[in-house]
Amino acid sequence: MKIRSMLATAGLLLAALAAPALASESEVALKTAEWSFDGPFGTYDAAQIRRGFQVYKDVCAACHSLKYVSYRNLSGPQGPFHTPADPKLGEDAVKALIDGIEVPDLDDAGEPITRQARLSDPFRSPFANEKAARAANNGANPPDLSVMVKARAGGADYLYSILTGYEEAPGDVVMQPGMSYNRFFAGHQIGMPQPIVSDDQVTYTEPGAPKASVDQMARDVTAFLAWASEPHMEERKRMGLSVLLFLAFLAALLYLSYQRIWADVEH
Amino acid sequence: MSGGHSTYTPTNGFTKWLDSRLPLIRVMNDNVTNFPTPKNLNYWYTFGAILTFCLAVQLVTGIVLAMHYVASADKAFASIEYIMRDVNYGWLIRYVHMNGASMFFLAVYVHMFRGLYYGSYKAPREILWILGVIIYFLMMATAFLGYTLPWGQMSFWGATVITNFFSAFDQVIPGLGSGVLEWLRGDFAVDDAAVKRFFALHYLLPFVIAGVVFLHIWALHVPGNNNPTGIDVKGPQDTVPFHPYYTVKDGFATAIFMMLFAVFVFYAPNYLGHPDNYVEANPLVTPAHIVPEWYFLPFYAILRAVPDKLTGVLLMFGAIGVLFFVPWLDWSKVRSASYRPVFRQFFVLFVIACLALGWAGAQPAEGAALLIAQVGTFYYFIFFIFIMPVVGLWETPRKLPESIAKAVLAKNGHAAVQPAQ
Repeated sequence: MKIRSMLATAGLLLAALAAPALASESEVALKTAEWSFDGPFGTYDAAQIRRGFQVYKDVCAACHSLKYVSYRNLSGPQGPFHTPADPKLGEDAVKALIDGIEVPDLDDAGEPITRQARLSDPFRSPFANEKAARAANNGANPPDLSVMVKARAGGADYLYSILTGYEEAPGDVVMQPGMSYNRFFAGHQIGMPQPIVSDDQVTYTEPGAPKASVDQMARDVTAFLAWASEPHMEERKRMGLSVLLFLAFLAALLYLSYQRIWADVEH
Repeated sequence: MSGGHSTYTPTNGFTKWLDSRLPLIRVMNDNVTNFPTPKNLNYWYTFGAILTFCLAVQLVTGIVLAMHYVASADKAFASIEYIMRDVNYGWLIRYVHMNGASMFFLAVYVHMFRGLYYGSYKAPREILWILGVIIYFLMMATAFLGYTLPWGQMSFWGATVITNFFSAFDQVIPGLGSGVLEWLRGDFAVDDAAVKRFFALHYLLPFVIAGVVFLHIWALHVPGNNNPTGIDVKGPQDTVPFHPYYTVKDGFATAIFMMLFAVFVFYAPNYLGHPDNYVEANPLVTPAHIVPEWYFLPFYAILRAVPDKLTGVLLMFGAIGVLFFVPWLDWSKVRSASYRPVFRQFFVLFVIACLALGWAGAQPAEGAALLIAQVGTFYYFIFFIFIMPVVGLWETPRKLPESIAKAVLAKNGHAAVQPAQ
């Protein structure tokens, strides 16, 4: 049909026009990595997320909060420390990891105290409030990382690019005091100093863990933050498959019924 | 509520008793099961059922979300994360609601273009069309209000930009625009008061929509469905009962539509959203590009096509307003564009103009995008206020079939075997 082909041509033309326009939005093409959670069947690599948690805890947590995630999420059914056969094992593992983390609370007399973090606590925030954060960070406020992977165009690739995009500033760039040069950051001047600087900055202790190179740590912490942003992703994709199979079956039955019912009508 | 004669006869004591008190079964019989429907409706006509499905999905998921959402500038963003992480299947309900809005608009645009193509707005269906435009306008208001509720950066800045439209009226009477603006927001800026009232109205409007949908269906059932030939139903040979013929066809189409819906919900839930809306609202940081949701982009392009703010706002509202007059703007005697070779070409251009405006709305208003927005805006209005009335006056339509039944037979290549009359 003529009308359909005209519309299809228009659609293709618009897509061709839109593609370069969308691509030109970020100044530098991001580095891309293969993520275990890419694609319709992608899942999280629990070992990688555990390593990423360690990088977050030893490096990022000094400045960045993760306030919408709780320690219990690590050992819960969606978490990287979950042990389905005996949930207690995973809980104990997380308890051991958070041993020594002190969180603010009130005692029975209403006096502010700090106490050992429990599984039910949200991740401890490094600063009491935004003013304290800015005072400690050259005026910048390190953003909360709970949904960071969903909050940036490019998602995991963007985070990975930023973490590995630190460079010497080119000679013609005048840097503001306290700023670092990052190839992938909009405007290239980023308030965050290079967080992952050298190999083995974090010690991976799990048997079979890869060498803690700068690149590996950047990938691992990105995977951890992808999980933190979307902890229900695996469940979502699994459910999606069942839903689509069900709907395909339903549609097939409805189509056959449609053929049968209309068989005696000229239409 | 049908204009035709009732075909229902109660058969037992209870149904006779009920029929003389509350004729529920009679109304269902006459308007659903036995409603005579043209037998040549194609798949473009299944979107009425699909839209009913969309409205039901938004109502059900929305009511559940309202049980967990906190309407407050301080807590809204956190309450969304609570829903996404801790509420049982909260992530599912929110993703369905979020993508449901997009699916609703996708379906309504198909439904509207279908109505325009087959001339479904012409007598005696003017009120049916106008009620449809009212529903569309209410949908836009509801979607805008809903988008502000997660209190992300695009929520906040979208609400700021859209409510700012009204400040354009300062150009008419100094102080009028800013007064209206302050009254709408309940404050000098979009803040806590705005979130609370936007939530209340976002909860209210869908029920208003449901009410107008009832009127829309009522207005459909008086003249009955239009059809792809655009000619009137001449008798029983042209129709089939709605059930089971169209319940099964609409059901099949809805199942296919649900599959598309599910692909978004389960595999690309944030594809149609903007990453900035996962950053909590911050009045001190303006996003680089403030863009509305995709379904508002054509109107956003019209708004920015002219440099003057008030003209832009009037054009944007005019783009929706002109739809109310469509039944009287088309002077052709023939309904369906299938039999209008000239109008058909202009209609295709109109669809292309709408898509181009959508593309331009996503770009910064400069250079080629601005030019496309201006050409698109020009064509959008010229289509309604010049092409529609004038083409009908001099165009020679193709010969219309004598009846729906004859058209169906001709299409299936059976015309030759019909005995000569």
